[in-house]
Amino acid sequence: MNTVFNTESFRDDFTFRNSPVAVRRFPFPFHEDKYMYAVNMEPHVPAGPEGHAYRAPIDVDEHYVSEMKDREMVLREDPLRAQALPHMMAAQWDTLELLMEKQAEGFPELFSLTKNGDQWHWINRPLGIDQKFIFGDTSTLPYEPMDYIMRQTQGDICIVDQRDSQLWMDAGVVTTQADWSLDFDLGMNFMEWHGPVPLAHQIGVFERALKFLLNLQQGKPVRRLNWTMTINSRLDTSPENYPKWGPDRASVAPENVGNKVHLRCELQSLWRLPRSNAILFVIRCYLIKMEELVAIPKWARRFHRVLRDLPPELIDYKGLTRYRPTVVEWLSKYDDGKATSPGIFPD
Amino acid sequence: MTINTEMPVHVAAITKVADSVKRFRLERVDGGVMPVFSGGAHVVVAMQDGKLLRHNPYSLMSRPGDTSAFEISVLRVESSRGGSHFLHDKISVGDTLTVSQPINLFPFDHRGRKHLFFAGGIGITPFIAMMAQMAQEGRNFELHYAMRTRSHGAYWQELAERYGPSRVKIYCDVENLFIPVDEILARQPLGTHMYVCGPAGMIDAVLGKGKALGWPRQNLHFERFLAPPTGKPFEAVLQRSGKTITVGEHQSMLEAIEAAGVDAPYLCRGGACGQCETNIVSCTGELLHNDIYLEPADKASGKKIMICVSRLKGETITLDI
Amino acid sequence: MLVQGIKSRPVYTGFAIDENAQRHLFALEGEGARALLDQVKKVGKEFLAVSEILHVGEAHGKELAALGADILWSAPTTPVLLNRLRQNLINARMGTRLYLSGTEGFIGQAMKVALEQGIDFGSIVTEHRGSEARRVQCVHCKGITDNVTTQPFTCSHCGLTLLVRDHYSRRLAAFQGVCIDAEEPGSAPPPEVRFP
Repeated sequence: MNTVFNTESFRDDFTFRNSPVAVRRFPFPFHEDKYMYAVNMEPHVPAGPEGHAYRAPIDVDEHYVSEMKDREMVLREDPLRAQALPHMMAAQWDTLELLMEKQAEGFPELFSLTKNGDQWHWINRPLGIDQKFIFGDTSTLPYEPMDYIMRQTQGDICIVDQRDSQLWMDAGVVTTQADWSLDFDLGMNFMEWHGPVPLAHQIGVFERALKFLLNLQQGKPVRRLNWTMTINSRLDTSPENYPKWGPDRASVAPENVGNKVHLRCELQSLWRLPRSNAILFVIRCYLIKMEELVAIPKWARRFHRVLRDLPPELIDYKGLTRYRPTVVEWLSKYDDGKATSPGIFPD
Repeated sequence: MTINTEMPVHVAAITKVADSVKRFRLERVDGGVMPVFSGGAHVVVAMQDGKLLRHNPYSLMSRPGDTSAFEISVLRVESSRGGSHFLHDKISVGDTLTVSQPINLFPFDHRGRKHLFFAGGIGITPFIAMMAQMAQEGRNFELHYAMRTRSHGAYWQELAERYGPSRVKIYCDVENLFIPVDEILARQPLGTHMYVCGPAGMIDAVLGKGKALGWPRQNLHFERFLAPPTGKPFEAVLQRSGKTITVGEHQSMLEAIEAAGVDAPYLCRGGACGQCETNIVSCTGELLHNDIYLEPADKASGKKIMICVSRLKGETITLDI
Repeated sequence: MLVQGIKSRPVYTGFAIDENAQRHLFALEGEGARALLDQVKKVGKEFLAVSEILHVGEAHGKELAALGADILWSAPTTPVLLNRLRQNLINARMGTRLYLSGTEGFIGQAMKVALEQGIDFGSIVTEHRGSEARRVQCVHCKGITDNVTTQPFTCSHCGLTLLVRDHYSRRLAAFQGVCIDAEEPGSAPPPEVRFP
């Protein structure tokens, strides 16, 4: 793959764009014309057409360099977005190893990792980094291991410790989140940090998902897709900054839907870590503008139907109340009522 | 689509380490590196014993960061159904086996201010890896290791030399030296976690003392591998696969199902992890639940069974598999 | 936005003396003293011989003194009590059971001290007594306001009008407060007393 990295912004002037290639590789989150919570986990193995986001274990795309700049800005403003409880150091090193290995495996022309015992050599060509360090010795890196590698990885992470038949969110780097706060949720268990999600508890989704994850095996990662919507191409929709981005929701009008309204998809991959026995949640955020989405007729039809028929609790939880009718109306022009093919990939 | 992560290995060395205990060093056939694991993890070793495909879990006791090989230690159990006999008597250097990825159902609590280990006999193996990891991470730990005689106990000398007498204490039945569990439990700082692995009686006794001395449940950890009990043969109907099989006297349901070429999920094969929980469609006879996973209400419902260790006393069981 | 019925909302199961504990450590604030006094009525005084009581608040001091526990200490303020609690926990042995009672804000802060000493929260015994007032973190400026009684309320640090959610952080010992009128500034409803 010959990636050309975009120069773009996720704040202020919002110059973010997807190229036609990026549109086709977008992980569209709906496999049918309706949506409800489910334990939608599947093995994280390569899938989809050539170049799709599902082809690499840890995806890297044209937004990489600009997203890393945005993360740096967020961390400068608010270091509480990257936190690990003291007992998570082994898990931090596990995470660094996994993200280095998997990025190098998927994109050998961009990254390389050489190990000689505990003497490691990491090269990140897009960011111009050449780092020799001793694995396990934090003094040989400019940041703590999790912080270091997350300044070079797209998406957020949470590292969860497993104890007493529960999962505990005891570390993470979270700067591209859909309105939840790591600083607030740090230390919570699986049921607690999902506490604010409506409906899913009642239908037993979290109990089943927890049972499944407690037995997640090394070497057998799984993935699932989650979604919401974002006004303007803002990656950092944190509760901390809600007073800054909340007013955007009132700015949607029929003439700006195509450019302003984004479907926001999270590709979550979950990995059992070897040294710590913790689980790494990688939560990779992809944005797509409505005008980009409708370039794929199947997605235009399907998203129109999903959004139109969404249960009221989800409309409220995902914060869509103010602008959903405008977007549904806009999308209806692209829905000719024809049947859609199964699965998430473009026809 | 499932990912097959099992690894063919050859036996690189076999070392006798005590009476009836042998250590097996397993290296990958393809020359690749072994995965790193966490102290307390086990692997499931698959071995072709004639027509029989055996799957036995063994704790990993090599250094968790050593990717050159896995090492396991196996006690030859006289009453066993054959897995340990097979490894002791029929396997030689150069033979091929298959191992699973590491699975940790006995992890230590990373928050612990101190870690206290009670080992009985071959129950020492998970602690060897845990201590290696803890020593490297600079954690505070203490081992109390009981054995019948010094010649029956594996690794006690090496461990005593490596970690010193304040961290490793040895007790021998024949020398009338027994672990003073009460005394030890009474003097631990708040935030200590306790781990026990050994014969069932020892596990029950140590956990019982912990509870009696006011240790919270969250600080008590144990690993109990149940070998599948034997019993009279019975018939199992696998409804989804459309097969009817006989579960033999020395066979678990899981083994019989695998022998029939049907895939069933598992992790521990010892009734602990819950992965092989299977729904019962119907049965004639009495269910013999031998696991420690299902809640009493689930067992009483007659609707669920852990096929790795539990059996039917009766004629036929129909499973949703 | 889900406000109530959130799973992170703490559940206080009430005092029950652990008969197996070798030592009992009580941290009690205000009306929390009654949680212990009621236990004594229920199960007798025997456990008091191996009990240490840390207490803050004006009321119930005499009744606690009359119990004749092994150690009774009254703190002038909550922060002073928490400091002593920390040292007690550092010195304590396994077999010591911790009991906390008082307002939610007090229980939360004492539990935070215990968590920092590596104690599992599931092993701590709690009983809510006294007012329903809440300790709330403003998710925007991170400022914590004690004794919040209204919904919504004005952040005492940044001045935003905050909706108090049932979402609770043990690590911060606080409920979450989120700006209620961010999407349409000035549209906040008037405050009502909800946590008396």
